[in-house]
Amino acid sequence: MIARLRLTIHDSWVEAERHLRIIPRNIELLIFATIQPIMFLALFAYVFGGSISIPGFADYNQFLMPGIFSQSLVFGSAFTSIGLAEDLSKGLVDRLRSLPMSRSAVIIGRTVSDLVRNLFTFAVMLTVALLLGFRFKGSILDGVIATALLVLFSYALSWVQAVIGLGVSSVEAANSAGFIWMFPLTFVSSAFVDPSTMPSWLEAVANANPFTVVTNAARALYNGLPVGNNAWWSLAWSIGLITVFSSLATRKFSKSTSR
Amino acid sequence: MNSPLAIEMDGVAKRFGDTVALDGVSLAVPRGAVFGLLGPNGAGKTTSVKVLTTLIRPDAGSAHIDGIDVVADPNAVRSRIGLTGQYAAVDERLTARENLVYVGRLFRLGTSESRARAASLLDRFDLVEAADRVVKGFSGGMRRRLDIAMSLIAQPSVLFLDEPTTGLDPRSRLAMWDVIADLAADGTTVLLTTQYLEEADRLAERIVVIDHGHVIAEGSPDELKSRTGGALLNVAIAKVENRDRALAVLEPLCSGRVDVGDDSRSFSAPIIAGDRVVPGVIRALDDAGIDVLDVVVRRPSLDDVFLALTGHAATVEEEVAS
Repeated sequence: MIARLRLTIHDSWVEAERHLRIIPRNIELLIFATIQPIMFLALFAYVFGGSISIPGFADYNQFLMPGIFSQSLVFGSAFTSIGLAEDLSKGLVDRLRSLPMSRSAVIIGRTVSDLVRNLFTFAVMLTVALLLGFRFKGSILDGVIATALLVLFSYALSWVQAVIGLGVSSVEAANSAGFIWMFPLTFVSSAFVDPSTMPSWLEAVANANPFTVVTNAARALYNGLPVGNNAWWSLAWSIGLITVFSSLATRKFSKSTSR
Repeated sequence: MNSPLAIEMDGVAKRFGDTVALDGVSLAVPRGAVFGLLGPNGAGKTTSVKVLTTLIRPDAGSAHIDGIDVVADPNAVRSRIGLTGQYAAVDERLTARENLVYVGRLFRLGTSESRARAASLLDRFDLVEAADRVVKGFSGGMRRRLDIAMSLIAQPSVLFLDEPTTGLDPRSRLAMWDVIADLAADGTTVLLTTQYLEEADRLAERIVVIDHGHVIAEGSPDELKSRTGGALLNVAIAKVENRDRALAVLEPLCSGRVDVGDDSRSFSAPIIAGDRVVPGVIRALDDAGIDVLDVVVRRPSLDDVFLALTGHAATVEEEVAS
């Protein structure tokens, strides 16, 4: 059991290294992946910032920016579906499945390398947010916990994306299928506005959305407000998603062959 | 584990939905042989390779590598095999050397051992100059060589090459043939699938021909060729208007039906080899006053064998399928 776990970790690391190694070689991709959230940050802050006011927040930016952090991290998870679809389209998957390696390592390696890339993007985005006037109102520990909850949720969605990437028939399809549901997920939520301003049926959807739960938890912690059960709920959502989708993805990978 | 057979399939069946891919395929490959699995697209070649390399499970029958059951103990099988599929299974964002070290580490050879083997494989496959370049810019032939090198890093006892020259230009194809011949000389058991009859003829000691999921013939290239009953006569005459008379002269001399070419001046027909047919053909045509341009006798190629066995040409099937 321990030996198997060690082999899985070894193989996963070899896989993660394969993807991390090429990030500096494809610096354009990294730059554009980083520019997008910064652009969102600036657009929302300056375009909507003046016209939207949220009860309980003197400055809309303090409300908005945690929402944008959350959205950007979630969007970053789409790299996982595209990357896995690419491996499948290249015939590499047949080689990997014919090796005496851990079955789950290919997907763990992919999700971990995407996590590292997302952390980098997040660090840049946080720096820009601080320059634009965003401030931690809670303790440093609150800020760290808020960030950890966001990153964990993004990692959980990487596993959902893994199932999508292994299920679609082409890289192009993965590109669309990975992104399309991100828009309702992140907009029908508390990320940009208070859900109580929505039609009541939509408000119900927004409040049930796990993305709202995670965003609310992070926002409360960044602003030093009472977080209630939201932190626990977001932890539960992330762990639940990882548990379900990792077993789905591993099973799907064992059956995948090249396209 | 000391099975004398490197590869064994016994009554393997596999269907995908309504499509029967394999319908009871049996084959036995002794150690150290180059074995050709020949058939048109969709015949079941790739499905056979996928069963043998643990990528898919057979619905019925059994398959063994070095005496190990591919279904019961897939991991033991995986550590003994190398697979080069139809699409070069390389990560084109990495360099050639990185690809090799990467696969070596997944075979758990350790980083330094993987590096050492990578260096010697790069040398052996003539990739030293390109070793530290990103694979994206490689030619098809270079990719395929790297792909085979990656399959060899753990020194497998059985190597599967699924259509290793498909899509290569003629020069790269010849280079690939040399590589495969060298592997065989080193004692690696190679199972090679191909739709190119010439390739199987050149490389394989034994050939199995499959079509529609069935084994339809098995033997050495020479044994298979002798099945079409000897040699093939080709005659070309000078004038189109002599077509019917030439046909009448040739028919009694040949052992089967005489085919007339589209140009109405060329004829081909099977003859019994060693029957001294050629002097008779020339004399008879001359006596009839028909000018002869060319008379050629050739032994049947595997293409002819394939046509005789399946009733359709290998290349036609290929076009229909693609």
